[in-house]
Amino acid sequence: MEVAKLNAIVSQTRRDILRMVHKVNSGHPGGSLGCTEFLVALYNEVLELKEGEFDMDGLHEDVFFLSNGHISPVFYSVLAHRGYFPVAELATFRLLNSRLQGHPTTHEGLPGVRIASGSLGQGLSNALGAAQAKKLNGDDKLVYTLHGDGELQEGQNWEAIMYASAKKVDNLIATVDFNGQQIDGSTDHVLNMGDLAAKFTAFGWDVLHVKKGNDIEAVINGLKEAKSRTGKGKPVCILLHTVMGNGVDFMMHTHAWHGKAPNDEQLAIGLSQNPETLGDY
Amino acid sequence: MKKYTYTESKDTRSGFGAGLAELGRTNPNVVALCADLIGSLKMDKFIEENPERFFQIGIAEANMIGIAAGLTIGGKIPFTGTFANFSTGRVYDQIRQSVAYSDKNVKICASHAGLTLGEDGATHQILEDIGLMKMLPGMTVINTCDYNQTEAATIAIAAHEGPVYLRFGRPVVPIYMPKHTDTEHENKFVIGKAIQLTEGADVTIVATGHLVWEALQASEQLEKLGISAEVLNMHTIKPLDAEAVLASVAKTGCVVTAEEHNYMGGLGESIAGVLAKNNPIPQEFVAVNDSFGESGTPAQLMEKYGLNNASIVAAVQKVLTRK
Repeated sequence: MEVAKLNAIVSQTRRDILRMVHKVNSGHPGGSLGCTEFLVALYNEVLELKEGEFDMDGLHEDVFFLSNGHISPVFYSVLAHRGYFPVAELATFRLLNSRLQGHPTTHEGLPGVRIASGSLGQGLSNALGAAQAKKLNGDDKLVYTLHGDGELQEGQNWEAIMYASAKKVDNLIATVDFNGQQIDGSTDHVLNMGDLAAKFTAFGWDVLHVKKGNDIEAVINGLKEAKSRTGKGKPVCILLHTVMGNGVDFMMHTHAWHGKAPNDEQLAIGLSQNPETLGDY
Repeated sequence: MKKYTYTESKDTRSGFGAGLAELGRTNPNVVALCADLIGSLKMDKFIEENPERFFQIGIAEANMIGIAAGLTIGGKIPFTGTFANFSTGRVYDQIRQSVAYSDKNVKICASHAGLTLGEDGATHQILEDIGLMKMLPGMTVINTCDYNQTEAATIAIAAHEGPVYLRFGRPVVPIYMPKHTDTEHENKFVIGKAIQLTEGADVTIVATGHLVWEALQASEQLEKLGISAEVLNMHTIKPLDAEAVLASVAKTGCVVTAEEHNYMGGLGESIAGVLAKNNPIPQEFVAVNDSFGESGTPAQLMEKYGLNNASIVAAVQKVLTRK
């Protein structure tokens, strides 16, 4: 897909995110805005997906797990625009009886979601199971994940990180949204995790940085580079340097919008910075 | 009254190991995971015969449950194995989100449940696991009584679509239930279907796990006292066979429940719920009275905490006075 077209999806996705959280006055815009380029690139340029009806088992296609489930607005918008369910359904986000729950779930049968996430730190383990099932099935497609950097404070991740290299799960690309922010402040302030790249490397992973995590071409190149490193005996980690709240100037470089919705005036400013490209839902 | 005898004794966990080995030969989708307790869970045979379908996770139970959930995506039927405490309490949120809420076809198989784990003491003797698991929507909860029933249940849950908690134990106990191959037997294992072991008129004893044998022993002692007890083997705690309970108490008018678990959250509480809604009659609980366990031999512990046949006899005598 052309870069201009991908960026058009990015702009529309940001509008969707802002409108979704504004409407219900809840949800998590900060991380969603920061990961928009990543998810748009992943679903439109990188993942090898089967067309047709959503298949829970994901046999012979790449599968993705969103471990930091609170950035559901961006996930839902990207899935909808990729054709998993009607874009109009984004209007039901967080409403009673909706398939678009506050955090993603399989419980309501939303196509595109393979496991619930929200309680943090579980997605990497889930992905390891799916990756090992692929190997047992002789399926050469890949498993991708996304995690918050603050989420790495959950201990289960490190069980999974240790396991992945010990068992040579090399059909897995785990991306960390390296924005340095979490609810209570910067990750350095809340619980300094030190040198994450060195930690992953010490745990036996192949680590690469994508320095421009909000530049769609850089993200695509990073993902393709990561893909080229799969199948070589090591799990692959991308440290994706993003800006929380990216694309809405007053939401950027702060943890303040991690889990807070904009008011009417703030919404208008945010939308003015992200033109309507594909039509608002 | 029908009498039960036995010629052989084995641990229920060996029944799990045998059932898992059988599944290894018959169902290519079955995979097994263990958190560094292969020998205790008797998983050796499955591993020997299907090394590529076994995942040694190491001492990392949260990761094990998460990986098991992931393995279902791709059509596998994962059986996880570790002690009951580490299968439930330690990983409750992983089971809740990745397995139960996500409706994943994971079989959580738990050995060393309850006091009969013995000398290791209270850190390992979980008495709350039935409650934890039965509270999860969609979870099937099974507590088997002997080797044969555990083997049969292990095989049966592979054919059941959805998350299951299968609870069994450490000690060697009498074998008195039919082999899974005896499909015509009246006492055969069917998920969710109580087994009426004896017919009685005065009291219903609903027991699960190791307490089923104690209930049978108690019923023989009660017969000598002129009390006719109907014993139900309630191997499946959820979904509960309420019909069987209500049919029995319609005859007997009172019930004693018996389990190796805290009275809070256990089988007895589930039975009480059924009775309160349908037929409120007297009930006595043979269960641990809201405490932790301690070190000791299994027999000493079952005696001290009131979980043996003598306790059941006493509970029956008490409940009869309340009719």
